[in-house]
Amino acid sequence: MENSKQTKETVNNVIFEVLRYNPETDKKPRLEEYTVKVTKGMTVLDGLNWIKENLDNTLAWRSSCRMGVCGSCAMFINGRARLACNNQIMHINTKKLVIKPLPNFAIIRDLVPDFEDFFEKHRTIKPFLIRKKAEELDNPGNEFFQSPEELANYIQFAYCIKCGICLAACPTCATDDRFTGPMALTQGWRYVSDSRDEGAEEREQELFSRHGVWRCHFAGACSDACPKGVDPAMAIQLLKRDMFFKQYEKRKKSPARRETEESKEWKPNPDIPKPPDPTV
Amino acid sequence: MASTPKNKLGIRGWVCGGRYVVERYAYIIHRISGIGILVYFILHIFVTGSRLGGPEKWHSTMSFFETPLFKFGEYLVFAAFAFHALNGLRLFFNELGFLIGKPARPVFPYKTSIHHQRPWLIVLMILAALFIVVGGLDFYILGE
Repeated sequence: MENSKQTKETVNNVIFEVLRYNPETDKKPRLEEYTVKVTKGMTVLDGLNWIKENLDNTLAWRSSCRMGVCGSCAMFINGRARLACNNQIMHINTKKLVIKPLPNFAIIRDLVPDFEDFFEKHRTIKPFLIRKKAEELDNPGNEFFQSPEELANYIQFAYCIKCGICLAACPTCATDDRFTGPMALTQGWRYVSDSRDEGAEEREQELFSRHGVWRCHFAGACSDACPKGVDPAMAIQLLKRDMFFKQYEKRKKSPARRETEESKEWKPNPDIPKPPDPTV
Repeated sequence: MASTPKNKLGIRGWVCGGRYVVERYAYIIHRISGIGILVYFILHIFVTGSRLGGPEKWHSTMSFFETPLFKFGEYLVFAAFAFHALNGLRLFFNELGFLIGKPARPVFPYKTSIHHQRPWLIVLMILAALFIVVGGLDFYILGE
């Protein structure tokens, strides 16, 4: 009982400077300050809930699970894109929290980013198992066997919760609207590297387009910011390696290359007359 | 009703997009040094092209560039080259999927590809710093 009293005690007053934007009344976004009584263990999301319950019920954001699983509450908090629900205010260790919606996404209202384009890009890489015989998926003849080693190739990338933090941290996304983005590229590799999948060729057009995988220059911010340890930077580099060596093998085996190599072999020119027989 | 703010960071986002790993700053310096070397290369073509105008034209052009400002610019090009070449070496291997570790089930605290390649970044940056310092000595003290 005493313990629970201790945890409820206000430890600090923290100022929440929150970006506000209402498309119906505001011409441009503005910052508004709230003072929040912070108790031990309180997350940024708890702080926002406290503001909504006690100070301003018009504040809008997206959240659901409160435990870092759904990926809804990603925000730009004190200079880093992170989940509001798995960051405790006292761990951030500051007297002022500046909270903005995720950068590189349009703002719908206050802290709510627009994920329409983000999910559309996810759709384009076909995030599902593709089999050459499509009917196999609905009526499988037997199990799609997969060894633990084959599972280890992609399981890390299957932990993605689609929170959008990687895109907010990515410098390429800051300037290139058409860049497929770390999340979609990682999901592309998640399926391409799955031993049960046979759809690598179908995904090629999107993954290796002009605004695809080669626009990543390994800044690494996506992997640093990812709250689930998915490591998009690794997935993208592995995708590049796969594409590079596959293309190399393809070119080595292509008939056009074989022809060129054959033409390099020396053949006597019939137009040049043969030298006379040696006299000595 | 106002149009929805796009909230794109733009070029500002390359430099001040947030507090993330040092590789993000290596990315922007790599980009700036690359552009610097390209601009120098174009200028270099024009400068050496002045030789076509005869020895007098060549000497007058060269005397124009023999000022402390251009000498410092030349040193900056050298520094940009040292950084760009060594960081580029790291990127060459990393972007082909080498020196970044293998995929593994994520366990907190997460160890990512960035941590795997970090020692290479540190070694190459120390080398780049050495080249830049030795180059500076050669430019301003030993080469005089």
